[in-house]
Amino acid sequence: MPRAFSVVFGRTETALAAAILIAAVILSLSSPYFLTLPNFVNLIEAYSVTTVLAAGVFVVLVSGGIDISFAATASATQYLAAYLATSYGFPAVPALALAAALGVAMGSINALLTYYLRVVSIIVTIATSSIYYALLIYLTNATEIYNLPDWWSNRFAFVRYVTASDDVVKITLPIVVMVAAVVLTQYLMAHTRIGRQVYALGGNPEAASRIGINVLGVQLLAYGYLGFLAAVAGFIQAGRVHQAVPTAMAGQELNVLAVAILGGASLVGGIGSMGGVVLGVLFLAMLQNGLNLLGVSPYFFGVVIGLAILISISMTGYAEKHARRRHVARAS
Amino acid sequence: MTTAVLSSTAPEMPFLALSGISKRFGGTVALDAIEWSVERGEVHCLVGENGSGKSTLIKILAGVHAPDTGGTISVEGVPYAALTPHQAKSLGIQVIFQDLSLFPNLTVLENIAIDLELGSPFRPPPQHAMRQAAQEALARLEADLPLDARVGTLPVAQRQIVAICRGLAVNARVLFMDEPTSSLTRHEVELLLETVRRLKAQGVAVVFVSHRLEEVVEIAERVTVLRDGRKVGTFAAAEVNDHRLAELMTGETIEHTVNARVLAERHPTLEVRHATREGEFEDVSLVLHQGEILGLIGLLGAGRTELALALFGMTPLESGEIRLDGAPLRLRSNQDAITAGIAYVSEDRLSLGLNLRQSIAENISISVLDRLGNSLGLVAPRRRNELATSWVTRLGIRAANVGAPVQTLSGGNQQRVVLSKWLATGPKVLILDSPTVGVDIKNKQGIYDVVRELAAQGVAILLISDEVPEVYFHCDRVLHMRGGRIAGEFVPGTANEHALSEALYA
Repeated sequence: MPRAFSVVFGRTETALAAAILIAAVILSLSSPYFLTLPNFVNLIEAYSVTTVLAAGVFVVLVSGGIDISFAATASATQYLAAYLATSYGFPAVPALALAAALGVAMGSINALLTYYLRVVSIIVTIATSSIYYALLIYLTNATEIYNLPDWWSNRFAFVRYVTASDDVVKITLPIVVMVAAVVLTQYLMAHTRIGRQVYALGGNPEAASRIGINVLGVQLLAYGYLGFLAAVAGFIQAGRVHQAVPTAMAGQELNVLAVAILGGASLVGGIGSMGGVVLGVLFLAMLQNGLNLLGVSPYFFGVVIGLAILISISMTGYAEKHARRRHVARAS
Repeated sequence: MTTAVLSSTAPEMPFLALSGISKRFGGTVALDAIEWSVERGEVHCLVGENGSGKSTLIKILAGVHAPDTGGTISVEGVPYAALTPHQAKSLGIQVIFQDLSLFPNLTVLENIAIDLELGSPFRPPPQHAMRQAAQEALARLEADLPLDARVGTLPVAQRQIVAICRGLAVNARVLFMDEPTSSLTRHEVELLLETVRRLKAQGVAVVFVSHRLEEVVEIAERVTVLRDGRKVGTFAAAEVNDHRLAELMTGETIEHTVNARVLAERHPTLEVRHATREGEFEDVSLVLHQGEILGLIGLLGAGRTELALALFGMTPLESGEIRLDGAPLRLRSNQDAITAGIAYVSEDRLSLGLNLRQSIAENISISVLDRLGNSLGLVAPRRRNELATSWVTRLGIRAANVGAPVQTLSGGNQQRVVLSKWLATGPKVLILDSPTVGVDIKNKQGIYDVVRELAAQGVAILLISDEVPEVYFHCDRVLHMRGGRIAGEFVPGTANEHALSEALYA
């Protein structure tokens, strides 16, 4: 049992869980609305798009890479599906399947470029992000699509529940999709051989190729999977706002990276867990919600995100430095 | 014996035999018609200087490089023109590279049995089979390691066990170990040798690839020497000693003489008193006299590099003091150290000491740009080149011209460029951290000559090293560092080389 715990929750995750508890106690004391079911469910739904994207980014981070073009991918796939559905009357399944295929293709382009050009992935994806966005706006003239079909824009509730205080709580599609993405990613990374190969590649790329891991294959999986989840995120995002806008997801990159890093995924690769990323989402969601309820300006939230990342990273750095010094001392 | 016997069961047939193996990279001949064999369950040493072709040979056997056509690699009598990595592995050839190629973020279990996680990518890892394979491999070595510990948290000696177990888990018949003892203490080397004896008893051959032999030669049966891509010969281990091997490796007779001088009467240039940084070094006191070469020897992790960084102002002392020419010296940064006249040539000359893409002149002048500038602070290329040319001549750097990028130079010449860069500042104290790592025997001598000339000019030199002969034959005094403390002082000639070795590896 302790082993199972340590696999899901490393040290960063434990610290994060503690921070979440402390924040929850403080916020529920300051605002009576904070610790209510409707607030909690709304919060989860508001963060569903971020969580789905973070699950994909987490996989790429563990593989030792980074991808910031996912927001462009999400916008492009969302737009493709919306365009096919509104202009050509595509039904749900083919429209979404084509969008998912486009997402996988866009992610795979990142993997291929990173592998064959031997350039760090952040440079590659800055470039592809710019290309994807520019092409999308160029090809669409930045036209927005408002008349999404009903199957897309209707808010379907899987569970509907009325609380004692007459608030309606709905478990909607974004929440279900988000849970599915988290479970799928957890399964992929912890319980499949390819998932373990992603960890191995991130831990020591040289050794991975020496022992016969197909490095390109693993990278295609990681970036392709992120592309796929970007398409999923694009789909639920458009459903929530009832429109597809070419620049819908612009600016999401920082938030998504923030939750993955807060959750313990390392920029050097090989480290992190899906459970940690979920905690990262929870933490940021609570902070934002808490600040809202306390009446703090939403513009201030960027400051909080930045500080949270800095504190999290410096805690990790501090721990590593001390581990190193202890190691030197022990070598005596 | 008849030539008709080609069956793989013939007892006289070696496990692995190479015939006419050559390899060219562009115009360079890395290996030239190598004939070589490894017997079943044999312990064999493969030695040679950098560039002798050792690494190329291992990479050919691991399937990383294909040899030039014409040669054959026979495994149990079956000839191959070349091996793929997969073939090499399935034939039982395993290479443990110096960096061990482990995954620090994964557990011991996963590292040993990772082969079972390849293939069928979307199926779950075979947990049970993996645990069993890992336990079996550890049992074969009678090693007891925590299967669920992350490899990154283990000491180097245990990581080596993990790497060997990974080879055993895929049924290795011959294990090549590249420089396996370079970061082990004497006790850990003993444990490694014990492991090798067990492997041998199980019919697994072990080939040590090394330039330092003292420890491994005692259990090896044969030693093969490579030089400039050719095989010099294979010798019974009992027939050769270190000295003879060095001659075979370089093709030259090398004179070793002790050069220690008594300089205690001289002016103390650098004094360190009770210097401490918790977890790195503790209560270190030493005196470095003008024109003296003081050796500081210790194993990896003994705190020697940490001490050097503190003396160079890179990290602050927590307590204790440093005095330069009798006056207390407070170092807030390495800029302070440079101004005071302390120069530091780092261990990793390639990544830390040089900008490889820039020219020799740019590298040498970087530390004295403010002195080279005119009244506007601009540096004329002519002045920079004059400075560089003078150092190139003084240190005998072999280069087409001072505008050549440093990466086009050989390792030994790069080392001299780093030296020039610091010598240009006119230092009183020069700290040399492992200056000959990766430099072969011939070029090492050139560096020692430069060091001695500098000392003769009055520069006080602190020579950090983990090689006993290096400090024994080239220093005036030697301090032994262990566990962050100065554990002893040796005067070469008074104490013998063996005593120093014993202390270091005890």
